[in-house]
Amino acid sequence: MSQNRLESHSGVAIDFTFNGKAYQGIAGDTLASALLANGVNVVGRSFKYARPRGIFGHGAEEPNAIVQLGSGAGTIPNLKATQVELYQGLQASSVNGWPSVNFDVMGLIGAFGRLMPPGFYYKTFMYPKKLWMTYEHFIRKAAGLGATPVEADPDCYDKLNQHCDVLVVGAGPAGLVAAREAARTGARVIIADEQSQFGGTLLASKQQVDGIAAPLWVASLVAELMAYSNIQMLPRSTVFGYYDHNFLTILERRTDHLGLISTRGARQRLQRVRAAQVVLATGAFERPLVFAHNDIPGVMLASSVSTYVNRYGVAPGNKLVVFTTNDNAYQTALDWQRIGREVVAVVDTRSNPCGDTVAAVKAMGIEVIAGHGLIEAQGSKRVKRALVAPINEAGTQVTGAVRRLACDLIACSGGWSPAVHLSSHTGAKPEWDASIVGFRPGDSKQQERSAGASRGTFDLMGCLSEGASAGAQAAMLSGYGDGNLQFPAIAVDEYSEQPQQALFLVPHTKTTSRAPSQFVDFQLDVSASGIELAVREGFESVEHVKRYTALGFGTDQGKLGNINGMAILANALDQSIAETGTTIFRPSYTPTTFGAIAGRDVNNLFDPERYTAVHRWHVEQGAQFEDVGQWKRPWYFPKQGETMQQAVDREGLAVRNSVGILDASTLGKIDIQGPDAAEFITRMYTNSYLKLAPGKCRYGVMLKEDGMIFDDGVCACLGDNHYLMFTTTGGAAGVLAWLELWQQTEWPELQVYFTSVTDHWTTATVTGPNARKVIAKVCSDIDLSSDTFSFMDWRDGTVSGVKARVFRISFTGELSYEVNVPAHYGRHIWEALIAAGEEFNITPYGTETMHILRAEKGFIIVGQDTDGSMTPADMNMDWVVGKNKAFSFIGRRSLQRSDTVRSNRKQLVGLKPLNDKEVLPEGAQVVFDAKQKIPMAMQGHVTSSYYSASLGHSIALAVVKGGHKRLGQVVYCPLADGRSIASEIVSSVFYDPKGERHHV
Amino acid sequence: MLLIYCPHCQENREEEEFSYGGEAHIVRPLAPEALNDKDWGDYLFFRTNSRGIHHEMWYHAVGCRRYFNATRNTVTYEILETYKTGTQPTITGANS
Ligand SMILES: [Zn+2]
Repeated sequence: MSQNRLESHSGVAIDFTFNGKAYQGIAGDTLASALLANGVNVVGRSFKYARPRGIFGHGAEEPNAIVQLGSGAGTIPNLKATQVELYQGLQASSVNGWPSVNFDVMGLIGAFGRLMPPGFYYKTFMYPKKLWMTYEHFIRKAAGLGATPVEADPDCYDKLNQHCDVLVVGAGPAGLVAAREAARTGARVIIADEQSQFGGTLLASKQQVDGIAAPLWVASLVAELMAYSNIQMLPRSTVFGYYDHNFLTILERRTDHLGLISTRGARQRLQRVRAAQVVLATGAFERPLVFAHNDIPGVMLASSVSTYVNRYGVAPGNKLVVFTTNDNAYQTALDWQRIGREVVAVVDTRSNPCGDTVAAVKAMGIEVIAGHGLIEAQGSKRVKRALVAPINEAGTQVTGAVRRLACDLIACSGGWSPAVHLSSHTGAKPEWDASIVGFRPGDSKQQERSAGASRGTFDLMGCLSEGASAGAQAAMLSGYGDGNLQFPAIAVDEYSEQPQQALFLVPHTKTTSRAPSQFVDFQLDVSASGIELAVREGFESVEHVKRYTALGFGTDQGKLGNINGMAILANALDQSIAETGTTIFRPSYTPTTFGAIAGRDVNNLFDPERYTAVHRWHVEQGAQFEDVGQWKRPWYFPKQGETMQQAVDREGLAVRNSVGILDASTLGKIDIQGPDAAEFITRMYTNSYLKLAPGKCRYGVMLKEDGMIFDDGVCACLGDNHYLMFTTTGGAAGVLAWLELWQQTEWPELQVYFTSVTDHWTTATVTGPNARKVIAKVCSDIDLSSDTFSFMDWRDGTVSGVKARVFRISFTGELSYEVNVPAHYGRHIWEALIAAGEEFNITPYGTETMHILRAEKGFIIVGQDTDGSMTPADMNMDWVVGKNKAFSFIGRRSLQRSDTVRSNRKQLVGLKPLNDKEVLPEGAQVVFDAKQKIPMAMQGHVTSSYYSASLGHSIALAVVKGGHKRLGQVVYCPLADGRSIASEIVSSVFYDPKGERHHV
Repeated sequence: MLLIYCPHCQENREEEEFSYGGEAHIVRPLAPEALNDKDWGDYLFFRTNSRGIHHEMWYHAVGCRRYFNATRNTVTYEILETYKTGTQPTITGANS
């Protein structure tokens, strides 16, 4: 039996290790209760000062006992020992201990840490900036953020979307009865609680409820709830976020308590719940008292001491001093006395405590030291004594001699703070209520209500009646029941309590700045003197002080320290707490794993992948792929032993000298029909389609209303009132939405209809001087002669037995046929074209070669050579803008704005490096004078850059200020490595400038 | 995450089915060339940026592919009504 385990408490033994040392706990333990049972005092060290810290709380509020579980791929950092259920073989280690290796560095930082005042981050880290990386590195390593696993997570996670009528958050007394009243009406109810067992504080209570012990009453109520088919009960489930329109997220820990790397399905599940109504029964956190050296191991919350004793059978010490401002904590003295350990005294700041529990304590013969403060704890790795002194009524000054009490455990209570976190997530602003010395939830911003301790009602009777009413009301508002309570009132012992004292900083014989540190936020070592210093340095806003001191920035999010900190701030500012206000709580309520947030949307399920009908052929040919939006497009087709450059050189030369084939199926295709189709299309493009005859195509550029190029492509007239619009691969969805926007919201009188047919067609582009010969072998019913089927025509016909549309459009500058067939025939037609082209060594090419070929021709790629700030004139494409269009097409007026007619706009030009084998990096900045001082005057940037095998030199496209008038000038691209590449500005059309090759 | 009632589908659907379309009821000038740069700039770039009641377009992108309007409180994110394009809101704020 471990030294601190009570004999009355037994269970199945569980072996575990902590910081490499073997221990034993029992079934039902948390890691924290098991460590306390084994007398482990120090569980970590603090962030700045490396002070030893022990377990302080028993739940989500725990600031000190932050641990890492396991090692390797499945390791989990940043867990609170108070929330880790013990399992056989558990391995835990402190995450905020200073590493024992690397003594020199750590020694230095330890000494340095003594000098870390509030504002440390700003004063030290932000300047000089160069040191930030160094600081951040050691801070992260040393300061308790744990180790992130570097291997892939072996666990799997799920997501579940749910709707319910009533979601009850918290299964303490208020939540349980709320769920019962709601379930009774037939409403679909979810009740979630972060603990493994339902019951909340009742699990550790010695009170009688309905004539039986509280835990037994909970068990019977839970059994009663389980009988309802319309209720889902979720233990180990933390509601960590409350979002718009009653959308809440729940982290359900399904197998964490079974050990690392579970084989039983999803480890955690993210439940995304849309609830008609919500009951927040999230309870309250006990507030610690701020006194000198209140962080020594052995100082705990009073309710935590009681919980360890009553629920886990663990006495975390021997000689107890209770320090309180309220009646409630006297219960801890009674609990301690009952297990036969010594209560040294109860120190009460109030001058004349006399409530029922106080009387019970006095009746046990326990000394009550009223009107006193416990002003300082002493000890190093464990409390050895408490210094107690009389204080004035206001609690601001020590008024008499200091008395020493030998003890090894101090249970403190400064009252209770409602857990208003989820309510705050909705935008409700917590309101200070002096009568409970705490913030209550503000007015509801959503369909929610708080009940019980989270609403500031701390007595059990009140919690039960509020919970029941909240459950019935929530059910009624979601359409179930009449709002009346169905179950009789529950009988509980009632006892009278006296008001608590509002005390947020216990005075010391020395002033705050000279007294030993009085800690407010344990995790980040924020002390009372630090907050006062921040005020002296001029900070007034609670949000600023929070950031300056780091108060509440730890993984506990200030659940313990915030109220005390704000009260100390208010006092220093000489204003009320209500005036000072509180910081805003935001999701997540407790840390949430990335695994649960990602769920199954990882690896190949991260994003949908789109394949063309020819995809498998590409894979079989060993293509390398490029992601274009969600599409997987062949990038290049390397042959055995070829580098990428060798492959694209070969592919490009094949197109220029014989014939190549490209899978262009990913181009967006929108089928447009209706009597007003031509008029509508003409309003959307810069050029006109009113006279485009069936069988004809036209290239168009689409602008946004600001005049900037947004998409481009060819539009073909398929027949009367029937068009096919090609878009860029990435722009397809955006263009469709754009067309719908204008038709639906601006010109509903135009009769025109749009349908996306991108996936319906396979497009094989056959291009090169021998393209016609290839097509002729597989197509007999289209006259391919240039006179009848010329550039920018399209024809219906039959290709290899399949009905096809063949377009004479070209993105390479060569003679090209784009063969479109229904996608089901995609691979058939592809293989037929490959076979027909065999005698011409037809060469499949990918997007890289496509980019090079078009760049040789100076054809832009929207989104690469344009960036949403380029007009057609900037791209030297004035020819595509219709000058005599009747209707002011989208964007036209903006082409006349003073900013768009500027002559020094960035304009598209070609760049030819003087060293003509040098390939400029895309994105490189262009300057006119390479010798100027940094920062240089940037005049543009490189948008596309390649080595052109056809031309035998490298080429680039760039946008340069006033570039169209700078042909022949030399510009420079300064690179990060100190080199500067000189290039000549040339025409953006490098190859076949007269455009003769595609007209053959 | 918002829950949005599509007046065409006549159902509440999750926000992820929709895309935001910007402020509603902005009419394109009938004769853009007649406007000076300032007035055209107002149409192009300036929006009310309301605090509180705001009328805005939504596009049921993966649903019915229809645009419609919503009256939304930009402080609370409450959607007070949705209505079809071409009709007027029943709820208006100080700015409307
Ligand atoms: Zn819809």
